[in-house]
Amino acid sequence: MVIGKMDVGALRKALDRREISAVELTTYYLDRIAQLDPELNAFITVPRAEALRMAAAADRRIAAQEGVTALTGIPVAIKDNICTAGIRTTCGSRLLADFIPIYDATVVAKLKQAGAVLLGKTNLDEFAMGSATQYSFYGPTRNPWDRDRVAGGSSGGSAVAVAAGMAPLALGTDTGGSIRQPAAFCGVWGLKPTYGRVSRYGLVPYAPSFDQIGPLARNARDLFLLFRALAGHDPLDPTSLPAPAETGGDLSGSIRGLRVGLPREFFGAGLDAELKERVLTVAQVLAEAGCVLVELSLPSVAYALPAYYLLAYAEASSSMARYDGVRFGNRSGAEQGIVGMMTATRQGFGPEVKRRVLLGTYFLSADCYEEYYRPAQKVRAWLRQDFAAAYRRCDLLLTPTTAAPAFRFADEAGDERALALTEQCTVAANLTGDPALSFPCGRINHLPVGAQLIGPAGAEELLIRVAAVYAEKAPDDAMPEWTAPDVGEQIEV
Amino acid sequence: MWVSKLRYETVIGLEVHVELKTKAKLWCGCSTQFGAEPNTQVCPVCLGLPGGLPVLNRKAVELALTTGLALNCVLTADCRFDRKHYFYPDLPKGYQITQFYHPIGREGWLEVEFADGPRRVRIKEIHLEEEAGRTYHLPAGQDGGAASLLDYNRSGIPLLEIVTAPELSSPAEARLFLEELKAVLECLEVSDAKMEEGSFRCDANLSVRRPGEALGKRVELKNLNSFRALEAALAYEEERQRELLAQGEPLRHEEVRAWDEEKGITVYMREKERVADYRYFPEPEVPPLAIPAAWVQTLRRRLPELPMEKRRRYLEVYQLAAADAALLSRRKAEAAFFEATLRYYRGSAQNVANWILGELTRIMKEAKQSVADLRFSAEDLAALLQLQDQKVISGKIAKAVLEEMFRTGNKPAAIIEEHGWQQISDPGTIKTLVRETLAANPAAVEDYLGGKEKAFAFFVGDVMRKSKGRVNPELLNTILRAELGNYTAAGHSGGQGGHEAG
Ligand SMILES: [Zn+2]
Repeated sequence: MVIGKMDVGALRKALDRREISAVELTTYYLDRIAQLDPELNAFITVPRAEALRMAAAADRRIAAQEGVTALTGIPVAIKDNICTAGIRTTCGSRLLADFIPIYDATVVAKLKQAGAVLLGKTNLDEFAMGSATQYSFYGPTRNPWDRDRVAGGSSGGSAVAVAAGMAPLALGTDTGGSIRQPAAFCGVWGLKPTYGRVSRYGLVPYAPSFDQIGPLARNARDLFLLFRALAGHDPLDPTSLPAPAETGGDLSGSIRGLRVGLPREFFGAGLDAELKERVLTVAQVLAEAGCVLVELSLPSVAYALPAYYLLAYAEASSSMARYDGVRFGNRSGAEQGIVGMMTATRQGFGPEVKRRVLLGTYFLSADCYEEYYRPAQKVRAWLRQDFAAAYRRCDLLLTPTTAAPAFRFADEAGDERALALTEQCTVAANLTGDPALSFPCGRINHLPVGAQLIGPAGAEELLIRVAAVYAEKAPDDAMPEWTAPDVGEQIEV
Repeated sequence: MWVSKLRYETVIGLEVHVELKTKAKLWCGCSTQFGAEPNTQVCPVCLGLPGGLPVLNRKAVELALTTGLALNCVLTADCRFDRKHYFYPDLPKGYQITQFYHPIGREGWLEVEFADGPRRVRIKEIHLEEEAGRTYHLPAGQDGGAASLLDYNRSGIPLLEIVTAPELSSPAEARLFLEELKAVLECLEVSDAKMEEGSFRCDANLSVRRPGEALGKRVELKNLNSFRALEAALAYEEERQRELLAQGEPLRHEEVRAWDEEKGITVYMREKERVADYRYFPEPEVPPLAIPAAWVQTLRRRLPELPMEKRRRYLEVYQLAAADAALLSRRKAEAAFFEATLRYYRGSAQNVANWILGELTRIMKEAKQSVADLRFSAEDLAALLQLQDQKVISGKIAKAVLEEMFRTGNKPAAIIEEHGWQQISDPGTIKTLVRETLAANPAAVEDYLGGKEKAFAFFVGDVMRKSKGRVNPELLNTILRAELGNYTAAGHSGGQGGHEAG
């Protein structure tokens, strides 16, 4: 038994049969983090003692066979913009270097209740603003498949933690593709649930009308398991959806006869030719499994990116307003009076946050509101209509997750257009609020790439079920070779 | 110069901030109780901690709708919120959640009785927003340098901002409007409306102009912590601006000034050079709340009789004195007690009003209690007044009985019985008392007969003292006159004529 390659179902069995304890399991992952993370930088904070304490509690639960859930004793990595009581939550920012929340986010509370072990807080672009996890005050996260390349972002730390076997499961957040894009770049599964399906209470906001917490995992079943643990109505979140009448299936349903839409706007210029082929192969596999392929057009998608930038940056400028040095931030300039202090403190933001705050502030200024903000809102409404119309013709949409595989740190990272290209496929689902899934669909050279499924609100199970059919026909649970668990990590069963 | 100043017109508009009387804050479950230890009624939401989310308190919306109905506003069909951005230490999120694009109510009016009769003052809008925290500045002391402390107990308490059209034409009108508004809010029970606790605050805008000319630059006045301060500050500012106009130096910029209570002047704070850009945009975290017509209908049905309607009724039905009708109609509890008493009392309504606004109000004020604390009922008060009317007790005794009722909650008849306070109306008994007094005070009798009318009051006082105030005063007067007349008739020396003759 090699822990690093076991899925959560297998770990559950091993835990329940006492073949391994939660403490041993947690220790295994903690050791792996210690071994690999100096190079990858996927974690900002690893509260070792806290994690082991939770693991011990899980072991007692398992021993007593009381309240054991699918997640009891299973370690989970948490993106560091999700509040954890007593464990610092930096958001990848210098301003929150010492911020220790006094409360748990709802998703964290749910995980704790389920008996999961909080393994650590993962790296991200500062306040989740970025697409490469390179704008973190705590240094960039590296892609385990090619350490000269980005992990994607902003949930790069979570994607890498799962990809390199430093955690079996992770939580990410997705505002414009921040779960799906790093999942694609790192060769793991990532789901952005329907807006409102998972509580945002305790998620440090970047652009709150887009932000959504979701799971990252190594396969369909693990992903679905974590999603189910997170989803549900939360009275503390005003945008939380009412609980669905039924839990939404168990991935066992047939996909025969499902109409899979291929929106041509996602397959146009700028898309890597090989990647396009991979995604079309997915379509082919699904067709062979009985799905009906439907070609269609979503003209609104051409306007999705500018609308997203406008609205998200506007919201970002508002979200960042509270970091003024009064209670957050390394307060400086206090001797210059209140304005001086606030100004000096806010100098502590990184360049990308500053850029978005400045742009967002501009978009919201009285002179620009009608010219920028209102039209962007209209585009958002149009996208919703456009997608709603598409769902009358098909059950879900298949697209690439990104336009190309992970880029190198030096080149494209600084290139706005390359970045825009990577976000182009993902932002639409954030504008509409629809669920969207990225799953691995092979590799180009040594780099993993992902395909994306988008569906109507509440279609999470369907998306995962369809992708699982593809994964079964084209199995690939490879890990980057240098991270492969060695013999010493094997545990005799 | 001086004469021409009087021809200027004054234009005043008010912005009133009312803390709504909800148990919980606008966006979280924290208590709104006044006066708690600093930072004990806080949570991640009202502290503006990252990740806190605003969950709308529907009770606040209900109170705002109720106020909107009472102020004759056009109500919004769905309740939406916006963010207003500015940096201030007591504003924990860096923005305030308010209603900019869709105020909950628009285009209303409130009728107020001004010196020249009743008039409707237009309400431009009413909107919901959240209260900020509170800053305390500490001077440098033994413990160290100067410091600012922040209390977030108030942060997130629901506020209703009520904005009038600039239609008030004098400081006195502004005060009358504000008093009427306060009465309406109290009547609706939507707010404690206590200026001294900050749950009812008012900023005023004032400008002057020559009749028919455009409005002058306006001045916004802050720190108006009482009705008196409002009126005084406006009066000062009105005079200052007229003076400036008369000197040919009208205001060039809009400005904000603060009322200095001690010096009795307004003090320059800052210029309103240009309108601040608050970067309003729709609050993305609070979904619009639909306001079904049925909800509004229910609230409309529950509206109590408003002070102005009540006042009209008191004038028409009960013929109360105008001042009393005005006073009583604005005090909901007293008014209810007044009407309840009238259900049992056969005398004049004015008499009941006199007792409630006079003696009862005085006793309650002394004891720092309100009508709700009373231990006796309206029926008991009616019985008391009835006993006075039947001359079982005198007015003076009635006051003492009322004090006892207030203290013990006992019935008036029982109190009178217990203390033996029944009025003495038997002429024989009174005559005996009078004779005793006259016999014991021959010098005073001499004085009286000598023309000193004051002596008469002395005899009355003496008899009352001896009888503990129980003697029927009218009978006492008659009998005393008669007895004194006997002295004269009996040929005692004295009396003016007698002296002259002697
Ligand atoms: Zn609170």
